Amino acid sequence: MKAGSLEVTREGDAAVIKASGDWTVGSCTRLDLALRKLSTAQARQVSFDLAGVERLDTAGAWLAVRTLLELKAAGISGAFRGVKADHSVLLQRVADVGELPALAPHPGFNLFDFLERMGKAVIDFGKAGRGLIGFFGAMLLSFGRVLRHPSHIRFTSLVSNIEQHGLNAMPIVGLLLFFVGIVVAYQGYDQLRKFGQELLTVDLVGIAVLREMGVLITAIIIAGRSGSAFTAQIGTQQVNEEVDAIRTLGLDPMEVLVLPRVMALLIALPLLTFFADIIAILGGAFMTYMVMDMPFPQFLDRLRQAVEVKHFLVGMVKAPIFAVIISLVGCYEGMRVSGSAESVGRLTTQAVVESLFLVIILDALFANLFSFVGI
Amino acid sequence: MEASTSPIISIRGLRTQFGQQVIHDNLDLDVRRGEVLGVVGGSGTGKSVLLRTIIGLIRPRTGKISVLDQDTSGLNDAGWAKLQERWGVLFQSGALFSSLTVAQNIQVPMKEHTDLTPKMQAELTALKIELVGLAPESGAKLPSEISGGMKKRAGLARSLALDPEILFLDEPTAGLDPIGASAFDQLIRSLQQSLGLTVFMVTHDLDSLGAICDRIAVLVDKKVKVGTMAELLQDDHPWIREYFHGPRGRAARGETKENGK
Repeated sequence: MKAGSLEVTREGDAAVIKASGDWTVGSCTRLDLALRKLSTAQARQVSFDLAGVERLDTAGAWLAVRTLLELKAAGISGAFRGVKADHSVLLQRVADVGELPALAPHPGFNLFDFLERMGKAVIDFGKAGRGLIGFFGAMLLSFGRVLRHPSHIRFTSLVSNIEQHGLNAMPIVGLLLFFVGIVVAYQGYDQLRKFGQELLTVDLVGIAVLREMGVLITAIIIAGRSGSAFTAQIGTQQVNEEVDAIRTLGLDPMEVLVLPRVMALLIALPLLTFFADIIAILGGAFMTYMVMDMPFPQFLDRLRQAVEVKHFLVGMVKAPIFAVIISLVGCYEGMRVSGSAESVGRLTTQAVVESLFLVIILDALFANLFSFVGI
Repeated sequence: MEASTSPIISIRGLRTQFGQQVIHDNLDLDVRRGEVLGVVGGSGTGKSVLLRTIIGLIRPRTGKISVLDQDTSGLNDAGWAKLQERWGVLFQSGALFSSLTVAQNIQVPMKEHTDLTPKMQAELTALKIELVGLAPESGAKLPSEISGGMKKRAGLARSLALDPEILFLDEPTAGLDPIGASAFDQLIRSLQQSLGLTVFMVTHDLDSLGAICDRIAVLVDKKVKVGTMAELLQDDHPWIREYFHGPRGRAARGETKENGK
């Protein structure tokens, strides 16, 4: 391989650009620079001598063609000479392209664009919210239809979804909630000790876990684990045109894809929450035993005094609501996928963010509502 | 191009295997410099697997593959990178990066492997877009905004970004309408001639075979049989007979004969 080079000589009032070596993409930057500095001053005519060129590719050919085009624009006539037979086809092909249209410039930062994007995002957010409500309505209608014709319930799909999103989630939910129980107990003990009220740690663990932590953390795990899976699964089916196929076969995608998932989570999330409550309390019991030497029977005794059934119910009543939100948002975003695989990824992220947002907002609303009515 | 007679791709004793399933067994193949080789075979005979093995996406069980006079099994990472600059690959559906515009897609190899200035990159990108017959404004579009045929052209432009010596095409005309497919065939032929490319093309398209391939490699019985269309027509292997003498084969050949006259 020989690096490409060029040399300018004069023949009377004509300038000759003598090219040699490899005029390929590798030498392109240097050649470009050399051609830019080319001085053909006072020349009336330029010959571009390519006889010495060993290898020529489109980049090199373009440089040569461009040089002649620029000279022509400056009123100097130019021509190639000594073009090798091997190179002539390529050179001709590139010369046929001629003047290149400029590529659309890369959009830079612009305040108006920024505002426009922000406005668009707000409007899209509103649209997504309205769409979600519409989707909820459509799901309810479909649910009503299925209730009237229970044979339309997809039992296989339902059971498989309960397994995937309920049973298979138990290890991770259990492990994380055990640690949540430990953390609540330890932090509570650390603060309450200052007042000499270590015993209240048990109350704290019981109430915090049953009312809030158990259901909220479980819902967050399931939003990340199952909400995203719903979007990705249905979204991939959209990309594969499976959803269109379902419609074409006279089936209702809502009934085939969405209802089994919503119903599965409606069953699985309360069960998981119950499981999570128990495990988190066990975690708390473990921690109180470690730091306070409180034996388990005494912990249970104290728990029974401190915690009323209503605390448990306040937590549990939220579980089916969170289940509907997570599954609905997951399925809705999945159905919104169109065309490319990239939108699957984008909408999966969006589904998780939206369902977390809604779950936490609703949880806060519930907390206010319950304290308002004094439960 | 150069008057070198050694084959540009040479495969000896190749065996590829997935678990117990043997795809190629003791396969030999030579691709000559500057030819268009069409690779055909029934579904599941490993046409795409052969292509992916040559470009290093699949490791062969045994056998020797040399590309551009380099034994690919003995290459280190740097050697591979060097070799990869010298070939371009067009995947079946274009495989454009969906988050980048068409122009940015074409610039990916330039950014990665060359020291071209941004201005030069933009010029070369515009040139490639012209060469593959895309409209200039399609450079700013995202892959999701263009049709399947345009995606293939854009993919071809990306595979040509560094002016490779070998072009690997995986079913370039699949999914295109007959007019689009024939235009794409002509595009490949004209680029191959003007850029002096060697083209390794996996295809199902009998029309492409007749129209632009110099030689045809047929994958049968885990090996390849290579020959020109005329030679393969004389072959008495049952699958090859069925392929070229079946109704579709006859129709495609009738057309090419007419074109030839």
